[in-house]
Amino acid sequence: MLDKIKEFASEFFVTGDPLILGAQVSIGLSMVAIIFVLTFFKKWRWLWTEWLTSVDHKKIGIMYIIASILMLFRGGVDALLMRVQLAAPELEFLVPEHYNQIFTTHGVIMILFMAMPLMFGLFNIVVPLQIGARDVAFPFLNSLSFWMFFFGAMLFNVSFIIGGSPDAGWLAYPPLSELSGSPGLGQDFYIWGIQISGIGSLATGINFVVTILKMRAPGMKLMQMPMFVWSVLSSCITIMFAFPILTVTLFLLFIDRYLGAHFFTLDGGGNPMMYINLIWMWGHPEVYIVILPAFGIFSEVVSAFSKKKLFGYKSMVFALMSISFFSFFTWAHHFFTMGSGANVNAFFALTTMLIAIPTGVKVFNWLFTMYRGRIKFTTPMMWTIAFIPCFVVGGMTGVLLSVAPADFQFHNSYFLIAHFHQVLIGGVVFGYFAGLYYWWPKMFGFRLHEGLGKWAFWFWNIGFYVCFMPQYALGLMGMTRRFNAYDFDMGWQPLNVVSTVGAFLMGIAFIFQVWQIAHSIKFYKKEKDGDAWDGRTLEWSIPSPAPLYNFARLPQVTSQDEWWEEKQRIANGQPAKPLVPLEPIHMPKNSGIPFIMSLCWFTAGFGFVWDWLWMAIPGLIGVAICMLVRSFSYDTDYYIPVDEIERTEAALRGTK
Amino acid sequence: MAHAVSTPAGAHGGHGAGHGGGHHDDHHDQESLKTFGFWLFLITDVILFGTLFATYVVLRLNTDGGPTGAELLEMNGIIISTFILLTSSFTSGIAVLEMNKGNKRGLILWLAITAVLGASFVFLEVNEFMHLVHEGANIGTSAYWSAFFVLVGTHGLHVSVGLVWMVALILQLSRRGITPVTKRKVSIISLYWHFLDVVWIFVFSIVYLMGVM
Repeated sequence: MLDKIKEFASEFFVTGDPLILGAQVSIGLSMVAIIFVLTFFKKWRWLWTEWLTSVDHKKIGIMYIIASILMLFRGGVDALLMRVQLAAPELEFLVPEHYNQIFTTHGVIMILFMAMPLMFGLFNIVVPLQIGARDVAFPFLNSLSFWMFFFGAMLFNVSFIIGGSPDAGWLAYPPLSELSGSPGLGQDFYIWGIQISGIGSLATGINFVVTILKMRAPGMKLMQMPMFVWSVLSSCITIMFAFPILTVTLFLLFIDRYLGAHFFTLDGGGNPMMYINLIWMWGHPEVYIVILPAFGIFSEVVSAFSKKKLFGYKSMVFALMSISFFSFFTWAHHFFTMGSGANVNAFFALTTMLIAIPTGVKVFNWLFTMYRGRIKFTTPMMWTIAFIPCFVVGGMTGVLLSVAPADFQFHNSYFLIAHFHQVLIGGVVFGYFAGLYYWWPKMFGFRLHEGLGKWAFWFWNIGFYVCFMPQYALGLMGMTRRFNAYDFDMGWQPLNVVSTVGAFLMGIAFIFQVWQIAHSIKFYKKEKDGDAWDGRTLEWSIPSPAPLYNFARLPQVTSQDEWWEEKQRIANGQPAKPLVPLEPIHMPKNSGIPFIMSLCWFTAGFGFVWDWLWMAIPGLIGVAICMLVRSFSYDTDYYIPVDEIERTEAALRGTK
Repeated sequence: MAHAVSTPAGAHGGHGAGHGGGHHDDHHDQESLKTFGFWLFLITDVILFGTLFATYVVLRLNTDGGPTGAELLEMNGIIISTFILLTSSFTSGIAVLEMNKGNKRGLILWLAITAVLGASFVFLEVNEFMHLVHEGANIGTSAYWSAFFVLVGTHGLHVSVGLVWMVALILQLSRRGITPVTKRKVSIISLYWHFLDVVWIFVFSIVYLMGVM
């Protein structure tokens, strides 16, 4: 009996690696610590009623952001491990198998479990406030989306201590990712982790399209929406059209592995290149899904801190929408070397270059917004200004890559690695940092320490260039991705060492950010005014953090930058808008179903990974039961009475 | 459960009658939001089926020396199930008409007929699959059969989910009658049912008709 348990444990847990053993021990200890703290301070009920069951978009947004910062930490540690290995390959710090796992999980985590949730967190917190709504269109579905993401991410992450990490690259190309190439469980964790969180993302896409189209404050026309809202709309429309393709692709790969089908296998008439086409039909729009909201954030920040209306509003909308459209016609540029012929390659090269045009339009719009503005160099603005040159260089190297004949040289080299890190860090990460710093006072009601933020900013930026500029050169020198070692004779070591130094500078920058948050919490100073930056849009017209119902009275919108115009009107001595009498506010009730249902999905996924039907089938039945319970419950909302609104408003605004 | 419906009314009962109308609008808005959201979901489902059709078309000739569709597919059974599904779409339409007339009994009756027709469709499909497996074509036989079973099976799975949903709705209707909420639910499931019918027409033409040609 004991032997059987031992045997099971040695298969169940990943063993034999001191790094992973360390991680297992520290994860075990921190879980014990969390359980102890929650029990000692009697916080379980609070956690359940205030957070886990909450359908409030602001709380869901905060949970998304916390999860994404944890994932940023893990993805970042993966990156540093790889850089250590590449700086001194002769030390064999990471054996090839371990290196394969780390570059796979680094990619998946950074895109799907860091960038996406950080983006959804900002959507959740900002969009309803900017359009003057009290919540998203489907608050219950919103909570479900979060928990699907969360449990999907956990299922993926658990693989590195239980069962083994995936190691077939972040997009898991077959035939390597088929059973023949990856017989281990890692690839199954990959499929189920991404599948579960992907369904959540799809639901969020639909939710925000409905929210933006149907729940704007009275009077707000589409062409008066804040630019961030436009960017969310374009991103969510792209999600709606792209994510079903991911769902199908992963499902087919699962069927191949689980039932022995032949979609992507080399035998039985399967077609591995079809997977690569399908995954990029999702994957290319996906990178635009994450960058478009960053463009929206820059537009908000640049206009707020230049004290000017955004330059070229209409052209900005047109650029966002056309990028979202063209993103579906460029996928084949990821594999010009597939051999689909000159005509196909020419088509995809041209569509790729075409996207540079609307992007260029946006860059000029931001520059002209700053032109002759009274620029304030706050941290959000600094991230925005740093983004512009970084993204322009990253974009231009992208155009170089889109030249199909030249791509035969660049393909899968470090030139490509440097390019996409430059657009994803210089564009997406800088953008979301700008957004986090900008909306932080709105989320939490206190400001972040600007000085530490500037230290973090400079470490990030210098670290970025030190890390990635050498990689362009390494790529041109012939270094390809996904190798854990190279010969000393190649002459690549000096530049690799420089690159590793840069990566560690970014690691230090992250520590500065954690310090900045801890410091600002310790020296907590409550925001007295909801309008932290003398802002322009509606979210700044209400207290920070916003009350449960956001707006006691729905704002009446007559212009773009409504809050700014209102302040100007009052400053010019015009009368403020008359206050309409308060009315009871219709709110959704909290629900535990999203959490339980996602837990059931996790159970089902875990069961399928291990091929334990006794676990998978009850999981799926649990999912069905949760749906039915929801369908049968009609008591899903309530009203906040007027006197309670009056009390809350007096308490929030009385301190002014 | 019965007291649940009255909760909102009870909650604002003490705050004067002035805003009673506003609440009604709130509810109305919520139902139309959900219908709109469901239309968007259907768009994503179109993409899902579109992707499956694309993989089927790419793999349609990859039989790997094994049996082809033309050899094994039997059109007679398929034509019967096609008529059953098309009829069920018609009966779900009648159910909505009964609902608009306010006839609860008629609504439940026609929904039940729709569900029975849907169940017979699923039964025939399962039978067909068992027959094919018996004849030596299963999901692992070749890429063609993988694509066939997954595309047709995904449609069948959608119909089965719809059946469970429809039974749940019939129970809710018999308890609560026709309210704005149940009305919205019936409209949505009827939308879903028609959508599955349209998808089936493509499955019938592309997989079966072109498969046996």
